[in-house]
Amino acid sequence: MTTFETVIGLEVHLQLKTKTKIFCGCLNEFGSAPNTNVCPVCLGLPGTLPVLNRRVLEYGMKVGLALNCSINSFVKFDRKNYFYPDLPKGYQISQFDFPIAKLGFLDILVDGKEKRIGITRAHLEEDAGKLIHDTVNACTLVDYNRTGTPLIEIVSEPDLRSSQEAYDYLTGLKLILSYLNVSDCDMEKGSLRCDANVSIRPLGQIKLGTKAELKNLNSFSAVKRAIDFEVARQTTVILSGGSIVQETLLWDEAKGRTVSMRSKEQAHDYRYFPEPDLVPFIIKSDVIENMRQSLPELPQAKLSRFVSAYKLSTYDAGILIQDQSLADFFETCAKSYPDTKKIANWINGPILKEMNERKLGLTQLHLSPLNLVKLITRVEDGTISNIAAKDLLSDIVLTAKDADVLIAEKGIAQVSDDAALEKIVDELLAQNQKTVQEILSGKTTALGFLVGQAMKKTQGKANPKKLNDIFTRRLHHA
Amino acid sequence: MTSDANIISFKKRDEMITRETVNYISGLAKLHINEVQAQKFAGDLEAILHYVEKLNSLDVSQVKPTSHVLDMENVFRDDTVKPSLSQEQALAFSVEKLNGAYKVPKVIE
Repeated sequence: MTTFETVIGLEVHLQLKTKTKIFCGCLNEFGSAPNTNVCPVCLGLPGTLPVLNRRVLEYGMKVGLALNCSINSFVKFDRKNYFYPDLPKGYQISQFDFPIAKLGFLDILVDGKEKRIGITRAHLEEDAGKLIHDTVNACTLVDYNRTGTPLIEIVSEPDLRSSQEAYDYLTGLKLILSYLNVSDCDMEKGSLRCDANVSIRPLGQIKLGTKAELKNLNSFSAVKRAIDFEVARQTTVILSGGSIVQETLLWDEAKGRTVSMRSKEQAHDYRYFPEPDLVPFIIKSDVIENMRQSLPELPQAKLSRFVSAYKLSTYDAGILIQDQSLADFFETCAKSYPDTKKIANWINGPILKEMNERKLGLTQLHLSPLNLVKLITRVEDGTISNIAAKDLLSDIVLTAKDADVLIAEKGIAQVSDDAALEKIVDELLAQNQKTVQEILSGKTTALGFLVGQAMKKTQGKANPKKLNDIFTRRLHHA
Repeated sequence: MTSDANIISFKKRDEMITRETVNYISGLAKLHINEVQAQKFAGDLEAILHYVEKLNSLDVSQVKPTSHVLDMENVFRDDTVKPSLSQEQALAFSVEKLNGAYKVPKVIE
């Protein structure tokens, strides 16, 4: 039986979070009342002229550089012509032969080894309007607020060989993009969207098979499931003697299958031509270099640095770098507390738990790095137990109070005063002669009972380890 | 998607603009033309192409490609908000409207 190889290329559309749209001064905002962020330019009224938002080109350069692309020194825009109600001008301003960036790559881990996924190009374009299908009134409603939202489309080479690789590429890409702070990268809001080109070919064949383009992929896991379904479908078609038709398929999440998009069966012929309303853009090499220098530290570099500078495991560092605010928080703590492993444990354990349970970002928790360091220090110097400290974290998160203030308020400082503890121990030993005899005759587990009694007397404020020590010492000197 | 998009090319010198070509392009442009018009436009477009083809006899090896008729570059605007139209103004252009949106015939996906 023929073994097939899966070939996947991904197209990712990213909405750039500039204040205004790409070619006009309308607010670039999600969730406004319909048709309120529109003007003659983005509505494509006659006689209007687009003017490029400076920041869009800058964001485009950032994305390109972060994905190891070369930035074109000559950039222009082109018209992509098609008729659809979401496109008021009858064409989309996009980039055809001189996009902002080309020929980059992104590394993913496959079976523990790095695999380089090529990035063909990244180009700037305007988003289309939003169509709302009104089944009650059997019509379509059009909201042009999204029209003219700046987009960058990132096109990968067909280098991905499984749905898992596609998933990992998307995860890695999203992490890099989120570091750049140029987009919300939120699939639910549509600020990050993905199409997948999927084909199969007999293993060893060089020529690519006929591809299907999968759309309507609303999450990374949907991308994975849709690819798996499509690969199985294509394999069945070919094995039963059929051939694959090049077409656009919609992923139906509820039914778990791809559906042919009949309305788009006519051949794509977009008749691209240079956009006469926009002059070209020349990007000088020093501008590109300055932009490269201004890029933030990217996830991979941060991971390596955390492992080498803070002696963290790749696993711990890997969790910290998934969220820039976690990584920054960690570094601030590390400035005033030497045990970096302990800080990482606190962040990756209890703090992440608080964030997940409350569905809040780290910055929304009322926890300062210094307060965490204080909390850790209080466990270390025996003031509070580890368990009490975790409870205290929940209080800090809610009240933003200082750890020491809370310890005092709640009266949970452990009694470490030896004299006080010894007095309690002596009393208990005197009151529990029977238990003492049992312990002395070898039943050491009975000691636990005495420690428990002592904890009760101190209302849980005693350090159990210390109590244990005192009991043992007293018993053997009795 | 851009990779398989084709730009209309008139590479071959002897290529004829046929009625089929005219009908294909008018279809894409959503222009309704009859057969008589298609025949006429085929001839007109053919003549225009032959005329433009004269340019091929010129030596342009030393000429910089023109991407825009204006000799300008890097025209930007700053990322500052300008007032938009009101919903009422925006929808004033619509033939039909509903719930603050333009109402159009059902688009089947």
